[in-house]
Amino acid sequence: MNQTSAQNKDHPLIEVIGLGHGYVMADQTMTVLDDINFRIDYGEFVAIIGPSGSGKSTLMNMLGCLDIANEGTYLLDGQDVKKLSDNKLAKIRNEKIGFIFQQFNLLTKLSAVENVELPLIYRGMSHRERRKNAEESLAKVGLQERMHHRPSELSGGQQQRVAIARAIAGNPPVLLADEPTGALDSKTGVEVMNKMKELNEQGHTIILITHDLSIAEQAKRVIRIQDGKIVEDRGNPA
Amino acid sequence: MMILQSFKMAWKGISGSKIRSFLTMLGIIIGVSSVIALVSVGKGTTSQITSQLEGLGTDLLTVSIMGRGNTTYLTYDEAEALTDLDGVKSVSPVISGSMTAKYGTENTDVSVEGITPAYEDIQDFHVQSGRYILDIDNGYRMKVALIGTETASDLFGTDDPLGQTILLNGSPFKVVGLLESKGTSLTSSNNDKILIPIKTAERVMQSKGVRSMTIQTESPDQVASVKSLIEATLDKKFENADNSYTVFNSQDALDTLNSTTQTLSIALGGIAGISLFVGGIGIMNIMLVSVSERTREIGIRKAIGAKKRNILLQFMIESTLLSGMGGLIGVAIGYGASALVGHYTSMDTSVSLNIVLISFGFSLFIGVVFGVIPANKAAKLRPIYALRTD
Repeated sequence: MNQTSAQNKDHPLIEVIGLGHGYVMADQTMTVLDDINFRIDYGEFVAIIGPSGSGKSTLMNMLGCLDIANEGTYLLDGQDVKKLSDNKLAKIRNEKIGFIFQQFNLLTKLSAVENVELPLIYRGMSHRERRKNAEESLAKVGLQERMHHRPSELSGGQQQRVAIARAIAGNPPVLLADEPTGALDSKTGVEVMNKMKELNEQGHTIILITHDLSIAEQAKRVIRIQDGKIVEDRGNPA
Repeated sequence: MMILQSFKMAWKGISGSKIRSFLTMLGIIIGVSSVIALVSVGKGTTSQITSQLEGLGTDLLTVSIMGRGNTTYLTYDEAEALTDLDGVKSVSPVISGSMTAKYGTENTDVSVEGITPAYEDIQDFHVQSGRYILDIDNGYRMKVALIGTETASDLFGTDDPLGQTILLNGSPFKVVGLLESKGTSLTSSNNDKILIPIKTAERVMQSKGVRSMTIQTESPDQVASVKSLIEATLDKKFENADNSYTVFNSQDALDTLNSTTQTLSIALGGIAGISLFVGGIGIMNIMLVSVSERTREIGIRKAIGAKKRNILLQFMIESTLLSGMGGLIGVAIGYGASALVGHYTSMDTSVSLNIVLISFGFSLFIGVVFGVIPANKAAKLRPIYALRTD
């Protein structure tokens, strides 16, 4: 919905060219990512799937601007993140990316609505506007009734929905979900996945990182990664 | 806007673990409150002594005669002659001794001073009823007495002492005046005194001449010049003998006291500084622990867009808030403690606003200084590392 204007841009939302990453460990270079190339357009719902140790978490850190790859280029919304300072990266994370983590990663001392407001605080939004946005996003995930509860007073599924509300509150172009159902039972997992699909239908671009094929199958496009390499890119619209 | 938010976040951090925050503040609380209480007790005591010394009069010189050889005193006339010196307003020679006062069956030991009328103004010691000693009492060696309030109640109970006759070492004296209640001065208690004419005192105490006197100058500035004039006169009289007399001025004592107080204040300030410093180390220690404990929180904040300076500010404000609140509580306890000391002991206490401001300011400063390292550590955490930590 809000991304419709952005969809007409002349560049893709995400463009990864020759991305490579490795660690040096006791004289040995561990290659984690090797020559990764893909593009993701506005409005896509992509699952990145791979077994543990395949490099998908590292890829997620790169896509989320939490880390910078040693090699290759990553263009997010047309911008090369390699050249950016820490502060600029923080700004990009704040404005362009909504994170949804496996462990929810809510701040335990803040209420649901305060958690959702957090990215807006760092954006410098006024208190009133912030509260309005936060309440709207909580309404979207169906938790407006529980906005003043602390995370510890909510069930796992509800906590993950608060985390989703936090991710979409700042209306970022891309939602990055790392095993969002990993800490949930299958029933609430289905609820969360339905919510994600709903958000995608509303126009949010979603990148889902998972090792679970049944979860990945629910995405429109599946990128399979193994040993740091893309081995399959199914349902690619391009 | 961002500052206000950082304050809110810092407050949440502090109020989230109240006991730990309180214990962290304790060092600062103890430092600040003990500084304020100690300094206020010290200051109160000093001002008590100072006001007593100033009550003695900064325009007064006290002369004591020890004499030389057989000349151990000034005659009454020689003492009176000092009035003619430049800058001398009046001279109040005093002969003092201890005598037994008797009225009816009541006995009491009293200190008796033989005085001249000049005593009244110089000592600022008046009668509440009756009359004072007059020159004519001295001229005729009248056996009249002024009586202190305590002696009066010892001898007469609730009866009016005026017009009664008491025996001082057996000699009858007529009570002509009741002295006002003056309380204890630095030098002596005033309420159990009996004052009689100096000439009469010479007789009844069998003490010849004047050994002690108080000299009032025309203004406090003339104290030094009058002092040297008196010394010149007395040197001539006693032929420059060592230790034949002393001339004491309360200003000298004040100066000595002030320099002592200053040294004491510096020492107190040093102790205070050390205790606040230790408190600051406590804050830094806890803030460092807090940063490691909250690594994940920091990671989350960074992942969703907190910049380095946001995190830095949050932790800096948190440590400053801790030390500032500790300072405030310390100020309150300091006020309370000095009020308690003032209430339950005879010591006077006065809390100085300067010390309050300085110690509070210093506690804030400590919070800032010792907050830098932990806050910087928090701000520099890399988000992927911080998110991986539990």
